[in-house]
Amino acid sequence: MAIDWLTKLRHLLQVLAFCLAIATIQYAFIPDRPYGPPVVYSLFIGTITWTIIDLGRDWFPSSAETGWPTGLAGVALVLGGIVAGYLLGVAIADRLCVYYGWYPPGASKAPGEQRTSMLITALAGITGTYYFYTANKSAYLERKMREARRHASEAQLKLLESQLEPHMLFNTLANLRVLIGSDAARAQQMLDHMIAYLRATLGASRATTHTLQAEFDRLRDYLELMAIRMGPRLAYTLDLPPELAQLPVPTLLLQPLVENSIQHGLEPKVEGGRVTVTARRDGDTLVLQVADTGVGTATASGSGKGFGLTQVRERLATLYGTAAALDFSAEDGQGASVTARLPTHP
Amino acid sequence: MTATPPLALIAEDEPLLAMALRQELARAWPQLQIAATVADGNSAVTQALALLPDVLFFDIRMPGQSGLEAAVELADEWVGDRPFPALVFVTAYDQYAVQAFEAQAIDYIVKPVQPARLLKTISKLQELLARRLRGGNEFDATLDQLRNLLALKLPGTPSFDPATNPRQANAADRALTVIQASVGNTIRMVPLAEVLYFEAADRYVRVLTGDHEYLLRTPLRELLPQLDGDTFWQIHRGTVVRAAAIDSVIRDEAGKLHLQLRGRPEKLPVSRLYAHLFKAM
Repeated sequence: MAIDWLTKLRHLLQVLAFCLAIATIQYAFIPDRPYGPPVVYSLFIGTITWTIIDLGRDWFPSSAETGWPTGLAGVALVLGGIVAGYLLGVAIADRLCVYYGWYPPGASKAPGEQRTSMLITALAGITGTYYFYTANKSAYLERKMREARRHASEAQLKLLESQLEPHMLFNTLANLRVLIGSDAARAQQMLDHMIAYLRATLGASRATTHTLQAEFDRLRDYLELMAIRMGPRLAYTLDLPPELAQLPVPTLLLQPLVENSIQHGLEPKVEGGRVTVTARRDGDTLVLQVADTGVGTATASGSGKGFGLTQVRERLATLYGTAAALDFSAEDGQGASVTARLPTHP
Repeated sequence: MTATPPLALIAEDEPLLAMALRQELARAWPQLQIAATVADGNSAVTQALALLPDVLFFDIRMPGQSGLEAAVELADEWVGDRPFPALVFVTAYDQYAVQAFEAQAIDYIVKPVQPARLLKTISKLQELLARRLRGGNEFDATLDQLRNLLALKLPGTPSFDPATNPRQANAADRALTVIQASVGNTIRMVPLAEVLYFEAADRYVRVLTGDHEYLLRTPLRELLPQLDGDTFWQIHRGTVVRAAAIDSVIRDEAGKLHLQLRGRPEKLPVSRLYAHLFKAM
């Protein structure tokens, strides 16, 4: 861990100010004594204690994360720092005072005085440490919060990017441009599907669930767009029994799976194929299946680890825990199929 | 202008976009004849070899094989004495591809096709064809460009896409030392040190040692990143050989190179794309 010397210098200055304040208070209570000695004692004890604790804490491996050693090591460091700071500080200050004749030798050795200065040192040490500890902790929490916020927006962006893949958008627009000139009615239809698709994708982060009917409608928009682009190479079937139409499902849950089927299953296949999406009920379980007749495992991306699958699996796990499951199966040249099982009553 | 009307081949898998390109070309370059429009990478190669066009418009993302792969295969199979067609790649939105094309000075057009941009491409193509009529041949330059593009692993070619395929993203980190080949219901561990060459066969890879042959289910393009490029040289789209095992390089009457390996009887053809590896010192 790199030591930020500017921060340490700021800490030292704060400690010095704190020490001067203590000496001043001491002086205020016993104004008949000279001001010099308490300042010298206070500064030496404070500086040494600070050196041991503030510089020492960076030596502990456990302080890499929060800046403070955890558990007993932290307590030991603070206590050790205060005791050593007191003993060393007093020893040095004693000699200095005697050397400069500020204080009659032995005067501070009175047992009462010693107890008082021990108490002051202990209180000041703990107060100072507590002050730096909380300041450090709030800075740490703030940093964590910023990090978490960044992660969240990154994940959201990645999701959006995967749904609004630029390649798909531009290819659709290119098709639209052709249709406008050659078949205005179909162009209008395509534009309507695109508007519905964009609205659903961009709004998906706001609502968490919609009806299975809405889910299938959005899939139809997407598949219609792709059917115009791929022509006879894409056929599709959407099979939704009317009694399941009003069941709630997470928004655009199946979208990435259908996209995978097209991108990794049908697009690489010269003759194209069919995507089939079905919904059925199995007791209290809603079974949703996306199957295609594409290249199956031939593409490496069909290995079941793609971003789409991971994303759907994570969403199911967050929403339903172990009550939901996602299975991927694919066979070389025989297409792939993904089955999602989720509870009908969440 | 040219004596005979120039001939073009369009390879584009989306029917509407193929039609649009045909229309735009008819408007902007009436002399150009569209010999054929194909919808996949494999037909692009067979049709180009059959029709011998002057200009190719290849979409990058196509089923079967990508436009780049098709161009490479075509360069390999091309009959030596005819000038190689002028190559224009077509792409929808691939900033990596566009950067690569710019860097390699390869002509490209971006979908949706903008008439003004297409005019620029057309005038460049006309210039090129006129130069050819005077005897210029840029085949070597095209080979260099294709080789460099291949090395970049463009999007749209299946070897790209670390995002959707984490298995491949870290494949390069693991240096391969042992090949695990299944023979019947056992897995044979073949030390990489014994392998003389790899050869792609459909979706499989044949692994050849001095006296054995094994079959791997991993495609060659997934195996390649795990091989050390100094030890194993790619000499063809489908062939990677141990450089130290090469005995001699023979040039046949047609100018094609073949390798003879130590410890193997067969001769391996060297693709035009990789012929630059073998030059007498």
